[in-house]
Amino acid sequence: MTQTDVPPATDDVPGQATDDGPTPATGPQPDPGTPVVEMRDISITFGAVAALSGVSLRLFPGEVHALMGENGAGKSTLIKALTGVYTIDSGTILVGGREQDFATPAAAQGAGISTVYQEVNLVPNLTVAENMMLGREPRRFGMIDHRAMNRQAAATLERLGLDVAPGSVLGDHPIAVQQLVAIARAVDVEARVLILDEPTSSLDSDEVAKLFEVMRRLREAGVAIVFVSHFLDQVYEISDRMTILRNGRLVEERMVAGTTQLELVQRMIGRDLEVLDQLDREPASAAPTRGTPLLTAVGLGRKGSLEATDLELYDGEVIGVAGLLGSGRTELARLLFGADSADTGSVEVRASRRRLRSPRHAIDRKIAFSSEDRKGEGVIADLTVADNMLLALQASRGWLRPIPQATRTRLVADYIEALDIRPADPNALMRHLSGGNQQKVLLARWLVTEPDLLILDEPTRGIDIGAKTQIQALVADLAAKGMSVVFISAELEEVLRLSDRLVVMRDRRKIAERPNDGVSVSDVLEIIAGEARSEEETAHV
Amino acid sequence: MSTATVTRPGPGGPSGPAAPGSPSGRPRSAWERVRTYTPSSRYLPVITTAALFVGMFSVGGARYEGFADPQVFLSLLLDNSFLIVLAVGMTFVILTGGIDLSVGSNVALSTVIAAKTLEMGWSPYLTVVAVLVTGTVLGTAMGLLIHYFDIQPFIATLAGMFLARGLCYLISVDSIPISDETFQTWAFASVDLPGGYYVGWTSIVALATVAIAALVLARTRFGRTVYAIGGNESSALLMGLRVASTKVGVYAISGFCAAFAGLLFALYTLSGYSLNAVGMELDAIAAVVIGGTLLTGGRGFVIGSLLGVLVLGVIQTFISFDGTLSSWWTRISIGLLVLVFVVVQRFMTRRQP
Repeated sequence: MTQTDVPPATDDVPGQATDDGPTPATGPQPDPGTPVVEMRDISITFGAVAALSGVSLRLFPGEVHALMGENGAGKSTLIKALTGVYTIDSGTILVGGREQDFATPAAAQGAGISTVYQEVNLVPNLTVAENMMLGREPRRFGMIDHRAMNRQAAATLERLGLDVAPGSVLGDHPIAVQQLVAIARAVDVEARVLILDEPTSSLDSDEVAKLFEVMRRLREAGVAIVFVSHFLDQVYEISDRMTILRNGRLVEERMVAGTTQLELVQRMIGRDLEVLDQLDREPASAAPTRGTPLLTAVGLGRKGSLEATDLELYDGEVIGVAGLLGSGRTELARLLFGADSADTGSVEVRASRRRLRSPRHAIDRKIAFSSEDRKGEGVIADLTVADNMLLALQASRGWLRPIPQATRTRLVADYIEALDIRPADPNALMRHLSGGNQQKVLLARWLVTEPDLLILDEPTRGIDIGAKTQIQALVADLAAKGMSVVFISAELEEVLRLSDRLVVMRDRRKIAERPNDGVSVSDVLEIIAGEARSEEETAHV
Repeated sequence: MSTATVTRPGPGGPSGPAAPGSPSGRPRSAWERVRTYTPSSRYLPVITTAALFVGMFSVGGARYEGFADPQVFLSLLLDNSFLIVLAVGMTFVILTGGIDLSVGSNVALSTVIAAKTLEMGWSPYLTVVAVLVTGTVLGTAMGLLIHYFDIQPFIATLAGMFLARGLCYLISVDSIPISDETFQTWAFASVDLPGGYYVGWTSIVALATVAIAALVLARTRFGRTVYAIGGNESSALLMGLRVASTKVGVYAISGFCAAFAGLLFALYTLSGYSLNAVGMELDAIAAVVIGGTLLTGGRGFVIGSLLGVLVLGVIQTFISFDGTLSSWWTRISIGLLVLVFVVVQRFMTRRQP
């Protein structure tokens, strides 16, 4: 990978280029040639892992700068290096032309670098004004001057065009307003740089529009904004410049205007499409027999996580779900399983009228779900392999009917052998197993319940190639035996290799569904990039 | 930032419930403001407790002769002055989402130290300083444990509770009477009010504590940080607030208040005894809860805790006026009240989005 040097700043003048709002005709526009923040050759290692190697970032005043990259590309690490959460191992950070080394977030804030995180980091029990001013309240005679505080807060809110009463309690407002108040707090100090880390992930489209309005105002006021989002359309709507990262390295910095979405996705994923197309794929398993669908989802949706989606699953079929991070893949899986409750639509199993309302319902109807969050929602690190494996079976039997010891031993031994779990010791503690082996135990946990439908969310993430192939082979084998599988993975090759039918997600919608008959990775990327969207939507099964 | 052109947002922009008298609204007449005033939901629990107290007092006045006498109310303050001070300290702790179980033992320790040092012939002023310093140090130590070693407040203060109680026995197993003249004067000092009524000095001191605490909580950065920590500790940290010093500070305040309450208790009983104030921490917690402070932190007022103590006191007065009821009815009523208030709180917090 070439360390792309930052292009000469004189060529592409930042600012205004893609501004769709009226640009200020007057006013002292800061010199667009000098970045307010320049990070040069930043490297950070955690233990033996290089989280960032030689990454550079330039932020210009009056510009929205999108930081792009897949999960694990190093976006958050870079942000945390800038805001003083992490210390850098090598490289320099220049703020306003002077070298800076922020030891704490407070130091970065003092230098005018404010951050708004994905979760609203405010206190719900205090008023809007207090949340904006906490820690720097105006005081009179040593006591907080509430009147002055409310006045100052109101002025800031008005400057941002927000119609929020400063005296109202923050927790009474919807999340979107809270998010905007967090931004108001961030810019209330002399913010020169505003970092927005996934600010839109819990907002609906009206709320996003409101946020963008605020961002445009700040941009006009000369604030340099860093925008991190998985929504490509939003990036294109608001950003002027972008820096693309991949695997902790800088891919390139370029202007948003003049970069097609397809180019962007290719650079984020980091593969040459021609090379990908030449990869030989195993043919998908034989087309499944149709009949009554095993599971039917009609208009399934949840505010802020998935727009209404229809889906039918048949026995012995592998449905591959493709899409970038944040496209709604996981949300779809959780709704299908009843782990999140749907706002709209319903899931019916075997055409029964009974709807799924909870994971318990789903398990009773022989649906299993293996979460992408292996640590948080899967593994119980302090229990043994055997206990972890039999958890779901025991739960479905009820606690009053323990599994007979002989059955226990036999089941565990069978699955340890079948899935090649190492060490092959039923009494080993789960925490001592490698990620791949933990994943196999989790698979076994659901397989012992003999489900009809297995929903696998990122079953191969972060595990080595050997275990990965074993799990892929297992999925193909299970489908051949009649089990229906929903297979979700960030790795497109894997999805294409395994699935009979393909569902493509983007921006929390199903944008395409088609049989996997010779679909190539570049086809999928094109669908995701929106280049061929209208064509693909007609190709419904 | 001078280039920003400010335009009013169109309708349909996100807007919260407009607070009464918000600065962005047009000027309204005083009558209109009074007419449309609805108390913020934040004040509802305190208003409820106040109404409960007034209601109980009125019922008592109607049922029993002499109940409605203002002196009954003044005695209520006098008999509960130490509990008021204790509840004030507890309010700080509970507002951050913590709990302090050590205060009852801390009260006992304070009475024993006071009685013992006076017996040894210390100056009463030196005794007061020694008691207050001991209590504050104990509270601070628990605060440091809780914050820096990330120990559950329940456990840390449980340890403090046993420690303080044990120290009492180390100093003296038997009750020590206080015969110091200055202490005797303080104990019986009172201010005469018109109409032949009088209010004890200890009551005035307790009410002053409430007033100072209310001011600190409402009008200082420390006080607002207490609320912020109770609302969301990690957010408070990310907002750059002084979480560490505030968390340690509330336990120091609680320890100070407990020592102060111990002095008032010593004045009330004119003795120091290891078995004093057993379970008084629970009375303080009950008063705070009845006063409308959320046990999860972030919501509540010291004035509510004062009202909570008064409600507990009026229940006792009720039972002593009635004469036929066993004193255990006090406990039963407190139990029921706490239960009702906790359930009401649960409903209130559930409404939050």
